[in-house]
Amino acid sequence: MFSGRICKLLGPTLVRHNHTVTLFPGDGIGPQISASVKEIFSTAEVPIEWEEHDVYPILEKNGKTRIPQPAVDSLFKNKIGLKGPMRTAIGKGHVSLNLTIRRTFGLYANVRPAKSIPGVKTPYSDEGVDCIIVRENTEGEYSGIEHTVVPGVVQSVKLITREASRNVAEYAFKYARDNNRSNVVALHKANIMNLSDGMFLDQCKEVAQKYQDIKFRDMYLDSACLKIVKDPGQFDVMVMPNLYGDILSDLTAGLIGGLGLAPSGNMGRDGLALYEAVHGTADDLVEKNKGNPTALLMSGLMMLRHMELNDHANKIEKAVLATLGERKVVTGDIGGRATNPEYTAEICRKILASS
Amino acid sequence: MLRTFVRPALSTLNCKAASSTTGFKSGTKYGGKTTVTLIPGDGVGPEIAESVTTLFKEMSVPVEFEVVDLTKYTLRDDGAFNNAITSLKRNGVGLKGVLNRAGDFRTHNVEFRGNLDTYANVVRCMSYEGIKTHHTGIDLIAIRENTEGEYSCLEHESVPGVVESLKIITREKSMRIAKFAFDYALEHNRKKVTCIHKANIMKLSDGLFKRCCAETAELYPSIEYEEQIVDNTCQQLVINPTQFDVMVMPNLYGNLVSNLGAGLVGGAGLVPSKSYGDDIAVFEPGARHTWMEMKGMYVANPVAMVLSSAFMLKHIMLHEAGDNLITAVKKVLNKRTCQTRDLGGKATTREMTRAILAELHDLHA
Repeated sequence: MFSGRICKLLGPTLVRHNHTVTLFPGDGIGPQISASVKEIFSTAEVPIEWEEHDVYPILEKNGKTRIPQPAVDSLFKNKIGLKGPMRTAIGKGHVSLNLTIRRTFGLYANVRPAKSIPGVKTPYSDEGVDCIIVRENTEGEYSGIEHTVVPGVVQSVKLITREASRNVAEYAFKYARDNNRSNVVALHKANIMNLSDGMFLDQCKEVAQKYQDIKFRDMYLDSACLKIVKDPGQFDVMVMPNLYGDILSDLTAGLIGGLGLAPSGNMGRDGLALYEAVHGTADDLVEKNKGNPTALLMSGLMMLRHMELNDHANKIEKAVLATLGERKVVTGDIGGRATNPEYTAEICRKILASS
Repeated sequence: MLRTFVRPALSTLNCKAASSTTGFKSGTKYGGKTTVTLIPGDGVGPEIAESVTTLFKEMSVPVEFEVVDLTKYTLRDDGAFNNAITSLKRNGVGLKGVLNRAGDFRTHNVEFRGNLDTYANVVRCMSYEGIKTHHTGIDLIAIRENTEGEYSCLEHESVPGVVESLKIITREKSMRIAKFAFDYALEHNRKKVTCIHKANIMKLSDGLFKRCCAETAELYPSIEYEEQIVDNTCQQLVINPTQFDVMVMPNLYGNLVSNLGAGLVGGAGLVPSKSYGDDIAVFEPGARHTWMEMKGMYVANPVAMVLSSAFMLKHIMLHEAGDNLITAVKKVLNKRTCQTRDLGGKATTREMTRAILAELHDLHA
């Protein structure tokens, strides 16, 4: 069902026998669900060698936050990575870890597919959701530039640049073409924010000219919200600035069953790609190992397709969908009672049974 | 012939905004009729405004509409726009369609809100039995700060290719909307207020908004208070929207949430809204879309505008007329015999109006 359509990306095909992939397990349930993914991949005999690294923020003297050098070097070398959920300590003075990672690796586009999963029933299952959000990932409202003008008055700067807008627009259209998607819609509020969202929209329109085979339209963000909850089937590829993408991708994840099931991929320069689970660290589930590894696993499958290991991806996907469809051994967040190891074992069992 | 009664003003809370219990004190009244400004707006606006005027005429409601038609005027005609503002300030109450034009600096809709300082926009999204939707049992109230935030329209291109857009959050306006939200919750017997924000990323601006809400919450111990990040809110709205009661938030999130809520209960054609300033109240459809491409075709659903006018009637103390109108609309929606295009049917705007009228006659038969 997901075959080939999710995330066949730009980038060189790795021609080694065993691909080395960087793994950042993350915090909270991160290490546990990463272990599950490794187990499932090894059961399916995926030719991957994992290079695991811990990621934590290091606050430098000049106020900048960075992550440990070994982690940085690993991902730049391997060009492919998988990341678990990460926590940012509040009040320690450093910038969000996720933001730091995005900046370090120049991850300019965030791709979040949302496709209804057979077996996971939501109010939207019958009509089926199959949309992709391509979100600008470096600027916009997340520039972190805020100041208190006078006591009681705060201004927050939203930065939109022509270059970043163009990059993400180019990515969205190329993605649409590579994955046989027929239309792209740009979401914006250019009626209110004429200059900033206006510039974003102009760049999308310019890029659209180069892709005559893809239908392009633009829509106000509030109109899109209205329409997507009434009839999500009308949306295909959607491209938008940072904040809108953040909000809307959580919305679309909700349409298919929640963040525990939603995959995500981040694209950087020169074919670098980092796939991640976008849910939180769920610290309360750590003790009993009850976290749901599906999101991380789905992101891993996106990664496999990027690496053109489609057969392995299909095999694993079939097992996951079957397990979710039976609803007998599934985790608590989707209404079951299984622990993470039980769910993982069930998927592995199905993989072995099918080979 | 329908008769209407004026009820005495209810006792007020210590709330400065012209909410429904403050009592409509200001305004223009001639010969027993209250003058209300009516701005039909663009797109399908005039058609749905016609529904309202038709219904009021048939109901013999003692309301005189001062119609300010902005459709004929060009972008540069500040005179017409200023007339509209003056009329609204004088009458203290207005019924407004959505305008589809950009002013020199900000859109006319934003300009209206700024000039009149109608800082609180209240959208109630309620499920109807007869409307087929993905979720049922929704009854949420989205209260949106409507004068600052991302809609400050302060932008500049600092160097070519780089645009900065400013989002302004002030303590004064945040406290004001927080107080409004809690007062509104108290007045309407609501149990919980949720503050929607993105303070994990926008630590100073949304952080300030959040703190103001938390401070105000302490003054209302009988109301449960919680905070939620906006992306999680949007996710929760499509998974389990019945968990929400009253929600208070800055401008942009309010725009998104009220549109989301409208979509969840059946669409922009069904949801009314009220905007309150200190001495003024403006009633308009909740999800503000002009639907320009359908202009003149009379296919739009007039329910949002009709319900807005019903709330307007209640605001000017014509409670029975307002309640009758609301009951009639609910009956039409629940019967499902007359449905406009957005509800899956083929009825025209005028047919829908006639159906509502028929129900009104039945109520008094």
